[in-house]
Amino acid sequence: MAEIVSLAEAVALAIRDGDTVAMEGFTHLIPHAAGHEVIRQRRRDLTLVRMTPDVIYDQLIGAGCARKLVFSWGGNPGVGSLHRFRDAVQNSWPRPLELEEHSHAGMANRYVAGASGLPFAILRGYSGTSLAAHTPNIAEISCPFTGETLTAVAALRPDVTVIHAQRADLAGNVQFWGITGVQKEAVLAARQSVVTVEEIVEAIDPRPGAVVLPSWTVGYVALAPGGAHPSYALGYSSRDNDFYIAWDAISKDRDRFSRWLDEHVHGMAPDRMAPDGTAPDGTAPDGTARGPALPHDPALTGGGAQ
Amino acid sequence: MTAGYTADEMMAVTASRALRDGMTCFVGIGLPSEAANLAQATHAPKLVLIYESGTIGAKPGALPLSIGDGILAETADTVVSVPEIFNYWLQPGRIDVGFLSAAQIDKFGNINTTVIGQNYAEPKVRLPGAGGAPEIAASCREVIVVVRQSQRAFVEKVDFVTSVGFGDGAGCRERLGLTGAGPRKIVTDLGVLEPDPATFELTLTGVCPGVSVKDVKAVTGWDLSIAAGLRELPPPTAAELAALRALRAATPASEGANR
Repeated sequence: MAEIVSLAEAVALAIRDGDTVAMEGFTHLIPHAAGHEVIRQRRRDLTLVRMTPDVIYDQLIGAGCARKLVFSWGGNPGVGSLHRFRDAVQNSWPRPLELEEHSHAGMANRYVAGASGLPFAILRGYSGTSLAAHTPNIAEISCPFTGETLTAVAALRPDVTVIHAQRADLAGNVQFWGITGVQKEAVLAARQSVVTVEEIVEAIDPRPGAVVLPSWTVGYVALAPGGAHPSYALGYSSRDNDFYIAWDAISKDRDRFSRWLDEHVHGMAPDRMAPDGTAPDGTAPDGTARGPALPHDPALTGGGAQ
Repeated sequence: MTAGYTADEMMAVTASRALRDGMTCFVGIGLPSEAANLAQATHAPKLVLIYESGTIGAKPGALPLSIGDGILAETADTVVSVPEIFNYWLQPGRIDVGFLSAAQIDKFGNINTTVIGQNYAEPKVRLPGAGGAPEIAASCREVIVVVRQSQRAFVEKVDFVTSVGFGDGAGCRERLGLTGAGPRKIVTDLGVLEPDPATFELTLTGVCPGVSVKDVKAVTGWDLSIAAGLRELPPPTAAELAALRALRAATPASEGANR
């Protein structure tokens, strides 16, 4: 059964230095608040896995949390390059970053294999590209029925998968909808999981197209309203495209990036993260309640970070 | 500019005209997304836009900044998971056309979006990487590439093959088992390149109004062949320009508006 804990507790309990950590969310529902908590708790030597390492992984890489990145597309969507990612690859700042890269189809299938308890997945992919030459996790395989040559990709089995969802209930069942990406597979492929949510409700009701992860498939659930920002949670917030555009200038310069990190991540308590003005108890700026105020232990949420 | 439109507008319009009504189109972000949305707003209202975020049949009405903007999910016929969009929808060859961009493209239409420089481990420039492009290029029935033409982008041979065009020439796609036909058109801000039917080398088949063959050759990194039937591309119509500018105006944060 999932335990409902504070974000600081969830990260402290689930993620260790040296772990392989997948934070998923395909443009939508990216777990930014959880990523910031990993930076605040100064996790090191992580192998970070993500199909689309964008702004949150740029921040984790620039903060020195990552030893290796396993990915398929590392950019600032619609804006351009990730400068911290580039600086790590080209100049080893703040430390060298080992890369393992794939295509989206390859990464998605690697999670499917992990979730399915299989050692590898099969697809038509990578043929003729230069990608396979740079990782042992892509190999040719012959179809036992037709003899056709196909591509095998090794399963992904993260130590911990971290996702952001719209809702959980008091029992720890998790529900998310809209663009649901690869989060279901990433959670089921992992040994442990952390799910941050916009709100915790008494009981979740069915919703068309929603993915439900039953409580017994999830490790920890933590309330983090606005925790996807600058990504978004459909029905709760909009994508902050201006922030993605602004990130280009913030991240271009090492000093400016470091100042930003000090001010907006290290200088913030985990329960004061919501950048849209949402208060720690989940009250929105207009005074409406986003979710029930959970029993927060201020000592934990405020002081548990270091 | 005396023509009343920019080279980028001409490129978007030319690319949009390559899409026919009712087609299914797997759309990359940036220039391809702009052209695909323009087509949907003008001559191809039944164009089915598919984004790799799993949104099938999106009708955004404004240019999304990312492939996963909320407007895509809210206007889609259906939203499927990422494993599903690649495995069930793209892989079997269900999708008519893949619409891609490139950092580097070579004379056989191979695309590089991974690294610039010969040494992968120590690249001159680290680019974003593959994303969905390798399988889009492999499995869509055909591919259209939209990319601004320059010496840096149009090279004899790409530094890294992220997505396969025609590999090393005739017969290569068949040898690799790639099911789609590959890049049918490369639309640039100067004209259109298409594969020679025999050699599969990209040749110049169209130039934008006011652009000379010499202009195009000067920014192509190989000895560009000129097709026998080279033609001047028709300029944008007033309706196309109005639709394109309305799309951009409806999207203040988009690439289009920030260009």
